[in-house]
Amino acid sequence: MSTTTATSRARDLLGVSSLSNASLTTWLHGLPGVDQVGCEARAAALGTRSIKTTSKAWAIDTAIGMIDLTTLEGADTEGKVRSLCAKAVTPDPLDPTTPHVAAVCVYNDMVGIAKDALKGTGIHVAAVATAFPSGRASMPVKLADTKDAVEAGADEIDMVIDRGAFLSGRYRQVFDEIVATKEACGQAHLKVILETGELVTYDNVRRASWLAMLAGADFIKTSTGKISPAATLPVTLIMLEAVRDWRELTGEMVGVKPAGGIRTTKDAVKYLVMVNEIAGEDWLTPEWFRFGASSLLTDLQLQRQKLATGAYSGADYVTID
Amino acid sequence: MPKFEYAPAPESRAIVDLASSYGLFINGELVDGTGSSFKTINPATEEHLADIAEASAADVDAAVRAARAAQTRVWGRMSGAERGKYLFRIARIMQERSRELAVLETLDNGKPIKESRDVDVPTAAAHFFYHAGWADKLEYAGLGTSPRPLGVVGQVIPWNFPLLMLAWKIAPALATGNTVVLKPAETTPLTALLFAEICQQADLPPGVVNIVTGAGETGRALVEHPDVDKIAFTGSTEVGKAIARSIAGTRKRATLELGGKAANIVFEDAAVDQAVEGIVNGIFFNQGHVCCAGSRLLVQESVADEVVRRLERRMKTLRVGDPMDKNTDVGAINSKAQLQRITELVDAGEAEGATRWTAPCELPTRGFWFAPTVFTDVSQAHRVATEEIFGPVLSVLTFRTPQEAVAKANNTPYGLSAGIWTEKGSRILWMADQLKAGVVWANTFNRFDPTSPFGGYKESGYGREGGRHGLEAYLQTGEGA
Amino acid sequence: MSPAKTKKAAKATTPSAPKRIDVRKTYKLYVGGAFPRSESGRSYEVRDAKGAFLANAAMGSRKDVRDAVVKARGAQAGWAGATAYNRGQVLYRVGEVLEGRREQFVAEVAASEGVTRTRANALVDQAIDRWIWYAGWSDKVAQVLGNLNPVAGPYFDISAPEPTGVVGVLAPQGSSLLGLVSVIAPAIVTGNTVVVLTSEERPLPAISLGEVLATSDVPGGVVNLISGRTAEMAPWLASHRDVNAVDLTGAADATDVDWADLEVKAADNLKRVLRPAGSGSDAVEPDWAEQPDLSRVRAYLETKTVWHPKGQ
Repeated sequence: MSTTTATSRARDLLGVSSLSNASLTTWLHGLPGVDQVGCEARAAALGTRSIKTTSKAWAIDTAIGMIDLTTLEGADTEGKVRSLCAKAVTPDPLDPTTPHVAAVCVYNDMVGIAKDALKGTGIHVAAVATAFPSGRASMPVKLADTKDAVEAGADEIDMVIDRGAFLSGRYRQVFDEIVATKEACGQAHLKVILETGELVTYDNVRRASWLAMLAGADFIKTSTGKISPAATLPVTLIMLEAVRDWRELTGEMVGVKPAGGIRTTKDAVKYLVMVNEIAGEDWLTPEWFRFGASSLLTDLQLQRQKLATGAYSGADYVTID
Repeated sequence: MPKFEYAPAPESRAIVDLASSYGLFINGELVDGTGSSFKTINPATEEHLADIAEASAADVDAAVRAARAAQTRVWGRMSGAERGKYLFRIARIMQERSRELAVLETLDNGKPIKESRDVDVPTAAAHFFYHAGWADKLEYAGLGTSPRPLGVVGQVIPWNFPLLMLAWKIAPALATGNTVVLKPAETTPLTALLFAEICQQADLPPGVVNIVTGAGETGRALVEHPDVDKIAFTGSTEVGKAIARSIAGTRKRATLELGGKAANIVFEDAAVDQAVEGIVNGIFFNQGHVCCAGSRLLVQESVADEVVRRLERRMKTLRVGDPMDKNTDVGAINSKAQLQRITELVDAGEAEGATRWTAPCELPTRGFWFAPTVFTDVSQAHRVATEEIFGPVLSVLTFRTPQEAVAKANNTPYGLSAGIWTEKGSRILWMADQLKAGVVWANTFNRFDPTSPFGGYKESGYGREGGRHGLEAYLQTGEGA
Repeated sequence: MSPAKTKKAAKATTPSAPKRIDVRKTYKLYVGGAFPRSESGRSYEVRDAKGAFLANAAMGSRKDVRDAVVKARGAQAGWAGATAYNRGQVLYRVGEVLEGRREQFVAEVAASEGVTRTRANALVDQAIDRWIWYAGWSDKVAQVLGNLNPVAGPYFDISAPEPTGVVGVLAPQGSSLLGLVSVIAPAIVTGNTVVVLTSEERPLPAISLGEVLATSDVPGGVVNLISGRTAEMAPWLASHRDVNAVDLTGAADATDVDWADLEVKAADNLKRVLRPAGSGSDAVEPDWAEQPDLSRVRAYLETKTVWHPKGQ
């Protein structure tokens, strides 16, 4: 979507003649508030669902297929990325029925390596961009970062919003940056990282979600993984409500990606229950829901083996990347 | 076929060791009654669970005598600190046996296991824990000088929260030095009988707690017994009035926790997703078998359609069925009689012209079931808007201004609870002042805590249970006898 | 004709006329801030302790009770809605006016109760002091009887007392002023309004209290005083569905009044009932000289508990 299309669509949705910061503020602050206690109670209640036997097996495979297997370290090397890609393709060499993950997520200098390693597998390469994780760079730098990754073959771009701008009420600036990044993505899908751990309140998460969707995000993503807290169930609940309500308003679906801190099968299943009961089953596919995670895959495999063999498995039976 | 079908996740009932028949708990022993017996069933399957003794007037008399003896000889003389230690023991044993209590409660009552496990049993234990600490601190309760017990308390409790209501009754009575004779509801006696066993495990002195099972006649014998000093009753307003009449002209004291028809008021600026959860929790928690249920949804006209749409969408995700399944949200109706009452009122709602919407769900073929239902186009004059349905049925009314919301909310002889949903602080405080209700939940609903007094205005009864205020009903103060 | 009237008639025949003819007071009801006669048009003779005629008092009827309940209900929200400070000030003002008219009350109490002027003086002193004691509670009750509840969750949870609403009071039969203020003041100080059936035989101090209330900024309808036959009116008050509580204190020594029967009637809408003092089915008038505690205040209060989540 070009800048002008995005802006004119936003004007239509807001019913304003000019998309000023003031009109964006009025719109975002007009969204229903979020009661923290009620929201957390709802998330906790969904977390008590008991998913057993066949439904657990389905959930484990579904979760594996939704993983953006991630390495975002200063110490990343070509070897590390190739190894991660190998694991992405064949999580369990002893059990070929294990599905592969959705994507591998790396810094933009590793995109080419990953692309090469994943050739022909159908697994996407996602790159973090826009001066990830802080986003503290000038706009030309952020756009260059994005274009660089796209040119290297990234299928998906995970950008960060300017939390400083958002928290100081410069919504139009955040909107413009997302629109510009989206334009720089070309065919690549854009995931917009809200960094909810820095937005702090659920009201902010809801507003940031709507702002990102208004600006054309294909996905809204909780966190960089570099800030604590990263993804939480209540934050994801708010974002799932946002994409659900956005579809009611516009007819368009937007994906959701919790990232960081999701390490166990139990956690992953809670998220899937939440997707199922809040956004609805249309979102229960890698096209619309992802987990940004690294160690989660290992636990999903352990649980998968437990279901297959009936005995508890151990770390020695799961390959590291 | 849904993508993500939750496989059955049944709680095991193996932990419960059901006897084929149960007697009465009098003077520390489980004894045979002199009356007949009745059956208690699992309302989800109609399975016969056990035969229960129906306490006769003579049995009730024996229980009251045991309670009197225990009060004058042991419990009333014991120091508060020692009494408190017994209550702490009981609280701990309830926690230790929580799973057993939860399973038994669900079998006998039909409520979802997740509710008996996460709400009823832990809150019941918490009540004992809270009141245990009061036992030796009563002079600090600010209820008057030299607080003393009343003596023997007759307690009659309903079937909707069998163990929790038992805890609400017994814990404060014991903490204040009274002894009790308690009659559980005839459809849900089992957890009370397990509680009797817990009293034995705690070595509670005989006669301090007596449990007499039975129906209305047993309850009447207890209420009218001349040696009972106080009645504590939770149940219908009709029976509450009968109790008030029967003790008139005597020196028996009473606390009555009766019916309700609570308004849950949603303003246009509410946090709508949490409000929808509050509406659902308010009326579908425990199948709507809740005296303080938010059975009248008052929603501001400007958002009425949207709120109802979101509510119905949410209701489609409610899982109705086997109460023992850990994923069940709405369980069985407690009895055939209650199901008939709900059905009759819902039929009346349709006949009076209200619009009915029922969540699509498959109901089991055996047992007593009613699918979550909403009535829109309801006016204050409809029976579904005025009578307590005590089931999973919500009536939706609209209002335009806060004044109108208050007028409609208060337009009932009941006054137990109310809900307010708005993001505007000053409006919450104004509304809370105006509402004639003993409990006002703002931006939440159906919260309970041992420290928080509960009880109604007007025909919802009198007296409070829980908190410092709840102690008042079990104490006499001042100098002299 | 009763002996008292004969006596009076005899006096009237004395040859020398008094220097000045007294302007006698007509004792009427006090309802809704006005002084109407009974709608029934009836009155009855009030006599002193020795049987001498004192005055004709209005003999209230069930319809007077009904009208008074309407006035009491109408005044309740406003009175409860006034700030506690304001209610305290208004009630203190009543004490000031009582003090100013103490001579009248001393005379009425002495005549009604047949006590010496010294004793009557002491009773009026106590009545005024009792009134002031209760008046001072207006802005303390919520602090003493309310509290924050430390619930196990992220909620602000507060319990505070609120007035029950309209209280029907059977005023004590014996203590015509001290007893009367001891039952009225604790009810109204928290924002209730009252309909009082005055002492049947000793209503005059009550009607005079009405005059004090009418001139002391107490809104009309907050206190309604009806003289007459307790046995005739009490059942209507006890069964009235727009009355929230009844005080049966005055059932003690009332002619033909069975408090058990009144309590049965009160159960129809689950009124809060303050039973008469005494044990078993007996009813005795309390010793009004005893310093009260908060129990009479507490009897007409509801505890309201409000919950709200705490979050960012």
